Amino acid sequence: MIVRHVVLRNTYFDSVTLMKISSAVSRLPGVRQAVAVMATEPNKETVRRAGLAVKGLDGLSATDLVIAVEAEEEPVAVSALRRAEEMLGGDAGQRQAAAARGPSVPRSLDSARAILPDSNLVLISVPGLYAAAEAAKALRRGFHVMLFSDNVSIEDELRLKLLAREKGLLLMGPDCGTAIINGVPLGFANAVRRGTIGIVGAAGTGIQQVSVLIDRLEAGISQAVGTGGRDVSARVGGIAMLQGLAALEADEGTRVIVLVAKPPAPETAEAVLAAVANCEKPVVVVFLGGNREAIQRAGGYAADTLEEAAVMAVALDRGESAFEAVRDAGVELTPVARQEVDRMAPGQKFLRGLYSGGTLCDEAMLLLRERVGPVYSNTPLEPGWRLRDSWVSTGDTVVDLGDDEFTRGRPHPMIDPALRLQRLEREASDPEVAVVLLDVVLGYGAHPDPGSVLAEGVVRAKELAASQGRYLSVVASVCGTRGDPQDLDRQEAVLRAAGVVLQPSNARAARLAGLIASMARARS
Amino acid sequence: MSPVVDLFRRELRVINVGLREFADTLREVGAQHVHVDWRPPAGGKPELMAALSELEERFDAVESANREAFERICGSQPVWIDVARADEVVPGMRQNVVLHAGPPLRWEEACGPVRGAVIGALLYEGLAGSPAEAERLVQNGEVQLSPCHHHGAVGPMAGVVSASMPVVVVENRAYGNRAFATLNEGLGKVLRFGAYSEEVISRLRWMRDVLAPALRDVVRASGGIDLKQIIARALHMGDECHNRNAAATSLLVRGLLPHFGSAGVSGAVVAEVGEFLSRNDHFFLNLSMAACKATMDAAHGMPNCTLVTAMARNGTRFGIRVSGTGDRWFTAAAPRVNGLYFVGFTAEDANPDLGDSSITETAGLGGFAMAAAPAIVQFVGGTPEDAVALTREMGEICFGRNQTFTIPVLGFVGTPAGIDVRKVVETGITPVINTGIAHREAGMGQVGAGLTRAPMECFEEALQALAGL
Repeated sequence: MIVRHVVLRNTYFDSVTLMKISSAVSRLPGVRQAVAVMATEPNKETVRRAGLAVKGLDGLSATDLVIAVEAEEEPVAVSALRRAEEMLGGDAGQRQAAAARGPSVPRSLDSARAILPDSNLVLISVPGLYAAAEAAKALRRGFHVMLFSDNVSIEDELRLKLLAREKGLLLMGPDCGTAIINGVPLGFANAVRRGTIGIVGAAGTGIQQVSVLIDRLEAGISQAVGTGGRDVSARVGGIAMLQGLAALEADEGTRVIVLVAKPPAPETAEAVLAAVANCEKPVVVVFLGGNREAIQRAGGYAADTLEEAAVMAVALDRGESAFEAVRDAGVELTPVARQEVDRMAPGQKFLRGLYSGGTLCDEAMLLLRERVGPVYSNTPLEPGWRLRDSWVSTGDTVVDLGDDEFTRGRPHPMIDPALRLQRLEREASDPEVAVVLLDVVLGYGAHPDPGSVLAEGVVRAKELAASQGRYLSVVASVCGTRGDPQDLDRQEAVLRAAGVVLQPSNARAARLAGLIASMARARS
Repeated sequence: MSPVVDLFRRELRVINVGLREFADTLREVGAQHVHVDWRPPAGGKPELMAALSELEERFDAVESANREAFERICGSQPVWIDVARADEVVPGMRQNVVLHAGPPLRWEEACGPVRGAVIGALLYEGLAGSPAEAERLVQNGEVQLSPCHHHGAVGPMAGVVSASMPVVVVENRAYGNRAFATLNEGLGKVLRFGAYSEEVISRLRWMRDVLAPALRDVVRASGGIDLKQIIARALHMGDECHNRNAAATSLLVRGLLPHFGSAGVSGAVVAEVGEFLSRNDHFFLNLSMAACKATMDAAHGMPNCTLVTAMARNGTRFGIRVSGTGDRWFTAAAPRVNGLYFVGFTAEDANPDLGDSSITETAGLGGFAMAAAPAIVQFVGGTPEDAVALTREMGEICFGRNQTFTIPVLGFVGTPAGIDVRKVVETGITPVINTGIAHREAGMGQVGAGLTRAPMECFEEALQALAGL
């Protein structure tokens, strides 16, 4: 094995671009591994750990790009590097041409605002190390901010949110993946119709699921405000959620409000529910795994699942009874489960959930706990249920493959399904596995055709199990709409053709999978 | 109404900083947006990022100081009002003082052209009888060196000014301050490149005895020549008023002509002066520089202001001054110039960057107005598109655009003006400077011309001083 590298000084490429290049070059024949990174201190460490340390690495800075390739032989390494440079070159060439021709590409917030007068929101997705400074800059210049970046300290988050509140501005984030403002999708969001239901969410895929289900019920979204997951911590105190709620209450285009979060810290929950109590508009609250009574005492409509929240909100929007709507939405899943279990071999008894959406993963675990008991995970509901090794499942396991531990140096599973396919194959070869549960998230920013890629993996997984005399059940829900770039109908059709049992919501898919696992267990 | 509710009522207009995919989505859905070609600020260096965020904490104070400074830059009205002996008008000018370009300089570290020019000045003043004696006078402190900038003056290349030399007096009529510069000697063997032969000295005497009195009388008779107007018009005629002054010189001469008669200049003198002016495309350069100096001084010394008020080179060091840090210099080694050499010369012959003429860039001319002067991009083997790109790039590091100095090819948008130290460090873009290249040996003259960049170290150091770190 030999290692070859190139350094491009005084340039910058974002991490998504570089990860795509790294993974494309790594897959070239004869290449053992490849990295393309900006030479920040943590990245330099990663390069050293990978055994790709190159001469002069120490002297490089965050605006120097390092591409290193380990390959079987020299010509392979050289051509792999050339390929990586070509992939960059397109972009670099375009940049240069654009710079010469115009309209000029601004290099800073200040020149951007000169180019786009009356701009009013800054969407920030730079690496965490720089994100707080960029957000502060935007707030000081009077912009609302969506801060997609993660790895921002809670101290910085609090400081930024206080600054935003002082200026009456909205700071969505950090780690805010999804928002829809004035019908415009920001970050990862779906193409949902516009309407009169407003959402404030501290949970990215939670907002996506609720908005998508509202769309399927033929209602629409006025605004979807993200807050970032830590907004409802005791430290931050729900600053953004309270601002969002107040703004939606004052917004003429909003009739019904939905709050989505994991259970807030007690004092934050109290503050939020006090605001709910004073709100003149109906507020549906889903605190996944939280306490219903407190919500109801505050006059809010408590929902247990994201689907319930969507159903209630649509009923309220139409002036109907939220409770009747939820009652009517119940469906009998047993016959479907029975069909699946009947085909299984003895010894198949466990469930494995492989998630890309963090909130969807949480929701599934909460529903499964009621039916199957302990659910092991890398993001467990109970400390005792933590997987010893996140890469190895045990018993009933549900993993969030979008969690930091899996995404370090690798694209998010919503963008790149490779990791999930590997894991799916591993689960399929486990004779104790009865059912695999998946989420498929569509929308802007997500993989262009996740259904097809996963369908191929499902077919292979089912064949693998069949070759060992088993039937592997695969249950999934697709979080998306017909308007999404990937098209919900097409995605569902291709998954169904691969033998996936589809449910219209994550909650139903999780319930069905839980039912299948418990019935399989009862049988064996 | 709260700003958030207000946002819900308006069209969303997004600035995307980071992942390009998000901008692609905005384009797909037809949302108004602009994508920023973001890079880690200050190359990701922690101490500089700390200084930037320290200044961000004082954003409002800094921004209002910068706005006022910028308005003073744009509102300045430099007018050429007089010609006088340096020791009559230049503050602090004495018989035993010789001014030079750039930041303060010790004799031992002076480059060839500066040494030659200082020697020439002392011979011209009659203070020294020989080059050796001149050097001795400086070495033992009988003659003191002082930067032009410390006296409200600017000089091209070596920038040497001595007591009896005639200087132009430029008054900033908006703010009352004055700036000074010598008269341009033309090309060839000239003092500013360090030549001190008899030919050079006798031309200086002629300038003192014939040219200066004539121009003095003509300028006085004219009631003052509006330099800002000449610069604005010259930019429309292919000058950038640093390395190309052909149009501005012509406009100047045309402006002076009607007053030769009323000033009573004799026919013989008119002939000599006319001959001299008509052979020197760069005669306007020194006036351009004095106009820029008068302009930038009006914005100097304002607390919290992060705009650069001077960039100058002494051939050894490159220095900048910043409004908010007063008279302190921030210096680094003078850079090499990337340029085109006259026949028979190479980069080997070049002196590092030299002269106060980068005051023009400080005021938004020269390299910053490159798009107005496509003809001179050839010095660096560039294209007119490169010229446009350079002016645009300079826009990234400036407070705003000077709407008096417009550029036709950019749709009459103004030249970028008010270099902001914060933006230079943040973006890593350093000011571009159009400049002549001096031979490194005294008196060899100009060997080429080209482009260079101000060294980043000056701005980094200034940033930390501004942040109080």
